[in-house]
Amino acid sequence: MDDARERASRTLDAMAEKLVARHLSAYFGQTRAIHDINLAFPANVVTAIIGPSGCGKSTLVRCLNRMHEVVHGARAEGEVLLDGDDIYAPGVDAVQVRRRIGMVFQKPTPFPTMSIEDNVAAGLKLNGIALKRPERDRIVERSLRQAALWDEVKERLRRPGASLSGGQQQRLCVARALAVEPEVLLMDEPCSALDPISTARIEELLLELKASYTIVLVTHNMQQAARTADLTAFLYTGDLIEFGETRQIFTNPARRETEDYITGRFG
Amino acid sequence: MTAKSTAHSRRTTWRKAKSDVMMGVAVLATVITLLPLFIILTYLVLKGASSLNLAFFTHMPAPVGEKGGGMANAIVGTLELIGLASLMGVPVGIGSGLYLAAHHGSRFASAARFGADVMMGVPSIVVGIFAYAVVVRPMGGFSTLAGAVALAVIMIPLVTRTTEEMLLLVPHELREAALALGVPGWRTTLWVVARTAASGIATGAILAIARIAGETAPLLFTAFGNRFWATSLTSPIASLTVQVYTYAISPFPDWQRQAWAGALVLTTIVLALELGVRWMTRGSARVAR
Amino acid sequence: MAELLEATHDNVAAAVRPARLGAFHVRLLGDRIFNLTTLLLTLVGLSILVGLAIALVIDSTPSLKAFGWGFVVGTDWDPVNERFGALPFIYGTLVSSTLALTIAVPLSLGVALCLSEMAPAWLSRRLGFMVELLAAIPSVVYGLWAIFVLGPWLRDHVEPGLGATLGFLPLFKGPRVSVSILCAGVLLAIMVVPYIAAVCTDVFRAVPQTQREAALALGATRWEMVRMAVLPYGLSGVIGAIMLGLGRALGETIAVAMVIGNSPQISASLFAPSATLASVIANEFAEATSSLYLSSLVELGLVLLAVGLALNIVARALVLGATQRRFEGGR
Repeated sequence: MDDARERASRTLDAMAEKLVARHLSAYFGQTRAIHDINLAFPANVVTAIIGPSGCGKSTLVRCLNRMHEVVHGARAEGEVLLDGDDIYAPGVDAVQVRRRIGMVFQKPTPFPTMSIEDNVAAGLKLNGIALKRPERDRIVERSLRQAALWDEVKERLRRPGASLSGGQQQRLCVARALAVEPEVLLMDEPCSALDPISTARIEELLLELKASYTIVLVTHNMQQAARTADLTAFLYTGDLIEFGETRQIFTNPARRETEDYITGRFG
Repeated sequence: MTAKSTAHSRRTTWRKAKSDVMMGVAVLATVITLLPLFIILTYLVLKGASSLNLAFFTHMPAPVGEKGGGMANAIVGTLELIGLASLMGVPVGIGSGLYLAAHHGSRFASAARFGADVMMGVPSIVVGIFAYAVVVRPMGGFSTLAGAVALAVIMIPLVTRTTEEMLLLVPHELREAALALGVPGWRTTLWVVARTAASGIATGAILAIARIAGETAPLLFTAFGNRFWATSLTSPIASLTVQVYTYAISPFPDWQRQAWAGALVLTTIVLALELGVRWMTRGSARVAR
Repeated sequence: MAELLEATHDNVAAAVRPARLGAFHVRLLGDRIFNLTTLLLTLVGLSILVGLAIALVIDSTPSLKAFGWGFVVGTDWDPVNERFGALPFIYGTLVSSTLALTIAVPLSLGVALCLSEMAPAWLSRRLGFMVELLAAIPSVVYGLWAIFVLGPWLRDHVEPGLGATLGFLPLFKGPRVSVSILCAGVLLAIMVVPYIAAVCTDVFRAVPQTQREAALALGATRWEMVRMAVLPYGLSGVIGAIMLGLGRALGETIAVAMVIGNSPQISASLFAPSATLASVIANEFAEATSSLYLSSLVELGLVLLAVGLALNIVARALVLGATQRRFEGGR
């Protein structure tokens, strides 16, 4: 058993670390939501974060792209290193961070006043980046292809974003996030509002996307983590309990709490 | 049937009857309340429509006691006043609404919101006194500007509150999605949140315009009134509301006839704005009062 | 194609992100300008409020100095001899508003019950819309109609009846003219009902359905359900609505000025003419000749402002409490 764990940690060390959280804590006012998290997300790998409701998974992930502080009264302490640079260093512009670390949310939110193609290009257009028509169309097509949505919408790019089904809207949000060419993609329970078929499509998408991006997936669905993630981290009441290869976490967890959660004794 | 159950069913019948009567009273109250609406509109048309001719819309008032003349200067005056007031009041109102929605939790914002609510409770005649003190007295006379300032002061809290409420109705997930794309805060507020709420904000502004179009009291000693065209921003100006008021309380039957016509025009403008706005936003969320 | 995509990729990459995180710099200029602009506009609004209160206090100082507290209880309004007292107007305001509320409150409650409990949604929306139209009619139009229609009707058809049946009361004695407190009170009632009714409708709609169902499950009739579940739950909101209506009645100027007769006397009879704080300001402000005269009028405005503000603040607190309690659910 020790042997397997040693092998796992050596494999982990070998992977290039794209995003690293060090002594990361987050607060809502006086309440501390996550405590002293140390976690490394290797490049081109899907890392899942699992745990019962309220354990701080969403909070953790929102700290990774400085979205946590958007809420009034919320703050984070510690470091998050993107390619070695701390995104929480003084003087760092959170807006720039979010262009390199993208996010897809639980609820699909296409911008209601925009068409499908405008939605995809929104990240560029809203930032005043002027693109000529052909270039913009190329970006829209590329992003929609990456999100596996191109074939379904290529005939109706001018239609409103809200005219798509739930699963399509979520893939539109993925395309929109990809259009600004982030390096990391954070996904906060992206399938929990979707039906099983759309969920399966998004999971397929994850496996395709990891070749080009680093993906962090928050999910309350353990089977989803087992299906899609290479690495899994288990969070409980704000603490990181265990982190390792998915296979090892699910078949041979090192900690009692992990085993209790996996086997369904709580949460 | 036992005696007890007979008594019971008699009591139930009595209770049901009482309930029906009370509900009937409620319906009666509704009818009585709505009756004046139809009566007034009918009287406006009956007594005013016959006086609406081209002369009414193109001529100035005739000298005192003479027949004829029109309300051209009053109609244009009202348009000028609400135009000028909107120019001042709408940007301040929308800007304040944007600030209050963006800084929703801060103590200053709560104080400012409270201030806007308080402003809505100021009687319009008192607003007129304020405009008199800060515009008419320093300028040495009644003026279009003073009237517009008074109307703008009435408009601002209305536009502020409806703008803020419409902005807050936009789901916060939309704002977060834009921020997560790396769009700066101010661009998100303008091009995503405000754009989504745009029709609601416009509705609020138009309803505020409809409200000030019908105001009389604050104009009585600010814009005052004018028998002729207003030559500049610093001269007094006629308005439909003040003109109707002046004619209505006068002893001249010809003026009284014109008062009805003016009232019909005024009511048509105001109701057209109200109805138009509601028709355009049918199905959307209710606009704040 | 692949090269073209690559080229596009590079262009976008160059535009969208700098080479290293170290190259990040604080680019908050847009945010700062936006926040500053909106803050300034908000401050404009706030300073108007403060300026208004200050201006009124400053301008009423001569009168405050001359009459002190006696102003509020003084019964003389004599511009010629420069003796000013507010009591006739306070009296006229109170009586006309009280009369208005006496008529308006039962009507409003009836309308609110009808709209929230009885009518189906489509009808309730249309009726509610018509009630809102009543609120949209300009007050000068109400006044015009009242001068030529309501006033004469009251004088010829209602007041004789009142005089005959209730004439032993001082309220209904005296000669009948078409301008009177009675006419003003009735007109105010018509104008104020839409506001009270709209707020009460919202308050009643905020009562959780579970409360109603609990009453009905006990075998209550419709009316008993309203009395048991809806009215007590919404009581504070209803009181708030009444206060809001009172605030509007106090501030209503033009319509009242057109039908109340503008006579600064205190009379026990409702058939007599009178004047209110707002109507006397409207009538005399533009012609006020001396600074003491003007200052006294401003002081009347100050009284009106203070009362109106106090009512508005308390009323809104009550209504807010009643309509937000819905989130506490049916316990």
